[in-house]
Amino acid sequence: MKSLLTGMKITGYYFTHHKEIITEQYPDNRATLKMADRFRGEVVMIHDENNEHACTGCSACELACPNGTIKIINKFEVNAEGKKKKAIDTFVYHLELCTMCNLCIVACPTDTIKMEPNFEHSVFDRSQLTKVLNHTGSKIKAGVE
Amino acid sequence: MIEELGTTSEGYMVINIGPQHPATHGVLRLVMTLDGETIIKTEPHLGYIHRSIEKMCESLSYRQFVYVTSRMDYLSSHMNNHGCSLVVEKGLQVEIPERAQVIRVLMDELTRVASHELWWGAMAMDLGAFTPFFHSFRERETITDIMEETCGARLTMNYICPGGVMADLHPDFQKRVKNFVTLFKSKFHEYNELVTGNIIFQNRMKGVGFLSAEDAISFGCTGPVARGSGVKSDIRKLYPYEVYNKLQFDEVLETGGDSFARYMVRINEMLQSIKIIEQLIDNIPEGEFQAKTKAVLKLPKGEFYQRVETARGELGVYIVSEGGTTPYRIKFRSPGFSNLSALPQMVKGSKIGDLVATMGTLDLVIPDIDR
Repeated sequence: MKSLLTGMKITGYYFTHHKEIITEQYPDNRATLKMADRFRGEVVMIHDENNEHACTGCSACELACPNGTIKIINKFEVNAEGKKKKAIDTFVYHLELCTMCNLCIVACPTDTIKMEPNFEHSVFDRSQLTKVLNHTGSKIKAGVE
Repeated sequence: MIEELGTTSEGYMVINIGPQHPATHGVLRLVMTLDGETIIKTEPHLGYIHRSIEKMCESLSYRQFVYVTSRMDYLSSHMNNHGCSLVVEKGLQVEIPERAQVIRVLMDELTRVASHELWWGAMAMDLGAFTPFFHSFRERETITDIMEETCGARLTMNYICPGGVMADLHPDFQKRVKNFVTLFKSKFHEYNELVTGNIIFQNRMKGVGFLSAEDAISFGCTGPVARGSGVKSDIRKLYPYEVYNKLQFDEVLETGGDSFARYMVRINEMLQSIKIIEQLIDNIPEGEFQAKTKAVLKLPKGEFYQRVETARGELGVYIVSEGGTTPYRIKFRSPGFSNLSALPQMVKGSKIGDLVATMGTLDLVIPDIDR
């Protein structure tokens, strides 16, 4: 009987000490909820203020991905000296296949992709989860090989 | 063979427990032959969450296959990744920096505490006590927050990779782990007061689901299940890997062999893990967190095997390499599978209610059994 009362005492303690309850009131706390910086939510491509990225289209991320999440479509651009140079046309990212294993981020030689801590991925149609990561009109930064 | 459900010629009832049943913690199906409420025979049927992970690994490179193993025993994903990384490193013969080794062990032990805490809550819930679940999740939440900050995920980590770890520790890591250790120690007495000392709980656990030491060995039980029967089976002590041989900790052994003994092993193991964390947290050596490895890993031709101690027992990873970039064959020796094989022996002759209590102390994770 004593052992039952000992247990009841703890329950009673928390019944009267509301401050020790740590439940997160999601989604009411969406405005203040901050995920850790490293939290792996989705892959994004880093663009600077001039709409320039550092992706050379080397496909290292595509090879590193275990699930075929990334598909890179390349094109050839003619530079100022009249030479043909490989550049990315579209960086397709299938979020619905991604397991957030971080291998593409590690594989990227120019650190142009990173993980964003966004975790709210629910959409009405699965096709909305297929994303193009390079912004429209963006181009590669000068000097990135 | 799947037995026919209904009534046997002896008048026994054959019924299903699972695959969808709250007490089986997943899709485990038990075909039970019952005499009233007494269990005559139990047959576990597997295959409801088979994803052919071993076959999948054969088409993935040595860097890629590690992440799949987080999905086997998802409550000790760090240890699964650890085992896979160790076997690849064994094949490559790379020396891992000391810092990476210490980080790996720290993560393993934190995961062990988190896993045992979840087990403690879930097991009390199996027996009808709902509150302990919230108490255990309060402490476990602190660990998952620490993991989220350093590893970037809360459950399927993929943080330990061949060559070291994927990223360096977060600057706040040490502070937060110390806070967790203080919190855990201040709250641990609640575990014993709420559940361990409870007379109803003790009556349901003591003398139930007995497994003798001989049976534990012959069924290949490992981890807390074997240690509850008094069998020394801690891989960290028997075949130390990383820095475990430099650490001071005890292998928790109970000789009871019943459900309560297995319960006490896990409860005391949490304290031992905290002891390991305390020894390491102030002594993380400086240096690299990753060894220099080639971009494409190629294992030499041959066979490689490594075992690690997960929260559930011994995980063995066996790789056959043909010298290429992908393994020729991978085999996982998972602790849950052999622990489950002892269940029919343990519950024979006891009541249905005791089956739930016994299954709780086995700490089954079904994706680990089925892979």
